[in-house]
Amino acid sequence: MKRFIIWGEKMVDEIKKPDKATIIVHSGDMDKLYSALIISNGALSMGMEASLYFTFWGLQRLQKGGLEKGPLSKMHLLGLGKWMIKGRMKKANVAPLERLIKDFRELGGKVIACEMTMEIMGVDKKDLNQDLIDEYGAVGTYIQEARDSKITLFI
Amino acid sequence: MAELKVDVKGETCPVPLVEMRKALRKASPGEIVEVVGTHPASKKEIPMAVESLGLELVDVEEKDGVWRIRIRK
Repeated sequence: MKRFIIWGEKMVDEIKKPDKATIIVHSGDMDKLYSALIISNGALSMGMEASLYFTFWGLQRLQKGGLEKGPLSKMHLLGLGKWMIKGRMKKANVAPLERLIKDFRELGGKVIACEMTMEIMGVDKKDLNQDLIDEYGAVGTYIQEARDSKITLFI
Repeated sequence: MAELKVDVKGETCPVPLVEMRKALRKASPGEIVEVVGTHPASKKEIPMAVESLGLELVDVEEKDGVWRIRIRK
């Protein structure tokens, strides 16, 4: 977003506020978590700001050791499908989710955990991986993030 | 001027873009970052990222499926 500052009669400066991407991570499925993290890392790499708002099944992925535990959204086949896809991903040298979320945070991405989901699911802050979470919030936090965003997705 | 090298040969989406961005954050203004990789889409996308970051694309070359992109911060 470009904003101009008018100083007296004259335009003297131009401040560039970075564009922003805000993604709701509602699904806890492994493949959808990949989509969310790849898109948000891409946004950060291309100079945007990015935040991920984890809610419902997505929030479960922030539980300690839970990041890679999600099923496949289709053809999970009691884990057989996931195992096959994981093998193919390894062959294609796709980065693990642990690395993608670490990169996301290193590039300044923000992880927000939904407090209402925590109440519903009986999840306590101590159950969540605190190293991954920047802040806790509710719908107001999401709207505040999303209203200035060029990209907002629900995954 | 010092040159920062990033080797992402064999890496796939989104690693080349991410590693490029990490290196550019570490570089000082004026410094050159050289990214070497094999992922075909990244050869097109790194220059796009350089443009949106408002940086200078020095050159792009490719030989035997390995591309080399130089960026000035």
